[in-house]
Amino acid sequence: MIKTGAQILWECLEQQGVTTVFGYPGGAILPAYDALKTSNIHHVLVRHEQGATHMADGYARASGRVGVAVATSGPGATNMVTGIATAMLDSSPIVCITGQVGSKLIGSDAFQETDITGVTLPITKHNYLVTHANQVAETISEAFYVASSGRPGPVLVDITKDAQQSTCDFDGRPITPRLPGYRPELAPTQAEYKEALELIHKAKRPVILAGHGIILSNAMQEVRTFAERNNIPVGLTLLGLGAFPASHPLSLGMMGMHGEAWLNTTIQEADLLIALGMRFDDRVTGNLKTYAPNAKKIHVEIDRAEINKNVKVDVALVGDLRSVLRELLPHVKSQDRHEWLNYIERLKGDSAVRDIQNLPDNGHLYAAHVINDLWRETLGSDTVIVTDVGQHQMWEAQYFKHEQPRTLITSGGLGTMGFALPAAIGVKAARPEAEVWAIVGDGGFQMTMCELATMVQENLKVNIAIINNGYLGMVRQWQEFFYDRNYEATPLLSPNFVKLADAFGIRSVAVTQRSQVVPTVEMTRKHPGPVLIDFQVEQEDSVYPMVAAGAALHEMIRRPNPLEETAADA
Amino acid sequence: MLNTFVVYVENKPGVLTRVASLFRRRAFNIDSLTVGRTEKREVSRMTIVVDADRDQAMRVEANLYKLVEVLFVENITGKTAISRDLAMIKVSATHEARSHVLELANVFRARVVDVAPESLTIEITGGEDKIDGLLEVLRPYGVLEMVRTGIVAMRRGPKSADLNIPVSAGTNVEPPAPEDNVSYSV
Repeated sequence: MIKTGAQILWECLEQQGVTTVFGYPGGAILPAYDALKTSNIHHVLVRHEQGATHMADGYARASGRVGVAVATSGPGATNMVTGIATAMLDSSPIVCITGQVGSKLIGSDAFQETDITGVTLPITKHNYLVTHANQVAETISEAFYVASSGRPGPVLVDITKDAQQSTCDFDGRPITPRLPGYRPELAPTQAEYKEALELIHKAKRPVILAGHGIILSNAMQEVRTFAERNNIPVGLTLLGLGAFPASHPLSLGMMGMHGEAWLNTTIQEADLLIALGMRFDDRVTGNLKTYAPNAKKIHVEIDRAEINKNVKVDVALVGDLRSVLRELLPHVKSQDRHEWLNYIERLKGDSAVRDIQNLPDNGHLYAAHVINDLWRETLGSDTVIVTDVGQHQMWEAQYFKHEQPRTLITSGGLGTMGFALPAAIGVKAARPEAEVWAIVGDGGFQMTMCELATMVQENLKVNIAIINNGYLGMVRQWQEFFYDRNYEATPLLSPNFVKLADAFGIRSVAVTQRSQVVPTVEMTRKHPGPVLIDFQVEQEDSVYPMVAAGAALHEMIRRPNPLEETAADA
Repeated sequence: MLNTFVVYVENKPGVLTRVASLFRRRAFNIDSLTVGRTEKREVSRMTIVVDADRDQAMRVEANLYKLVEVLFVENITGKTAISRDLAMIKVSATHEARSHVLELANVFRARVVDVAPESLTIEITGGEDKIDGLLEVLRPYGVLEMVRTGIVAMRRGPKSADLNIPVSAGTNVEPPAPEDNVSYSV
């Protein structure tokens, strides 16, 4: 049957199982939008193309399916860049479809022409320029395969206007991608398995470093069996949170710059690190020269290019984590490690005393209280938290205990402010039955708050908790610690968020007292529509512990004695 | 140290940009990069010389494989291979100097490809050292212009790269090089 490139595009997206796309129309993508009427795919009109990419990203991370964003050429496409880079750094499978000027005009600096395949080359897993209808089906099939296989990532498909308009014969049969050079999954050798097993069985002080790869590979059960059988404690990266239950006795919480002090010390004193689907980011290693100096290292990782990139390892098992662990598990012996586990328990020391949760109520509202109360209130329900970037993100990681994978969606690698609200909209679109909360700072919220209108237009109940401290808090914290409290450009004027929400027809309330947190959360959960809560929290609170950039992982800045701090405040 | 990679890529628009961009983005230092057609129409071949230590060289290879259009990568450093560079050197050759320059060209088995009243253009093919050597001895006469192609390289022996062989996942063990039937003819 003769069809236009635009018709083939939607049909191929349907074949890939796409039900929702996030986009914004414009001249060069208009033929595709015109053909949308023949498709069952639901189009979510965003307010800014960056929002479309974050929504597709949130959709992908919450569901495990590929998220799709659509934009026009030129500014539409360049607005996607931040969202694409965010997905790249966090291995999130999204496909971005952009319109391009007619193929005859390419290179002429035509109206709204940008070389978007050139621009996105280093921040996509792969990208395509399609110049004729007869390339559309093949390209979409390849794009989805590349985005979702191996180490997932963003793929951009730039389709010229004439490619959307031209026609070709299309029989609707699915096309198998033909990619002779693409090798998404490799497998370790038997010798490498043997070496890894020897290191595991010889180790006296092992620790598992659990990352995002566990969730991407759906290896939660295998990791748990592995840890339990050999009694190995588990530390998690930010994106790993939820990959291993926080309440599990072997769970040590989050590692790294704002990780648990006992876990960072455990890593530094370990004799074996078993890295599962994580990439030794500088935020989890601290100074590489002093990182885990006495530990052998096993790295299980799907991306061969990650091996020995930051940390030199002794054994690398390159492959899909779940397959690798399934191969390994039958040979893993049960081992008693009570001495090591008891030692780690003692490392916790006075951490509980320093915990802000144990402060007597001094009338101040702390972000940690808000997040911990939200966790308690939503405990046991199907709740997904989407955070922005900054202090609130770290407090969420510390005080919201994630038991299940895909319950925390956050921009880890790129640290993209403005991520939370649009990503939360994408999460809700992917999982309408889930309770979705966007936790966001007053700074990040103002970067993408235009998407409130998208949320309302789509009738999606996303609850928004603004952690409002009147500063770009994390930057202020760095200024406090490392720049002599010179708060340059960090005090932040915000609009009246309650009135703002009102303008969008969103119920809203400001909270200033700790006693109001639980009732407000209860009200929010009962309300059928979205609710925005403006939590006006302590302005100069800092995230502890903190490993300063360039410091060794165990050299942490700890929260000052909380009792003294309270006395000073009073 | 200098590592020489032979890289087979799909002959598609933009492949060279992708490879070059990878080296820039990962801060690997390219010493030279050549690209050209192969015996197969749909495949191009690159020879890339990179300044890298052993770990970096492994990561260069792994990162090249991450490019969807890269078919096969081989690090031929330390393996029996022929590598050739071609240079054209325009050297000032006045009446008095001309015979000296010609003599030197002869010694290096280089060819004169252009003669002008005040200059000679010499074409030389060989390993980089040989070309560097000729350049060194010509310098005193005045090198007016020079162009080099960069290294192209090929393993010795009857075997050709099999683009269908699976890539080794191993990062700990260097895959054994098949050295059988190697010919050492010059």
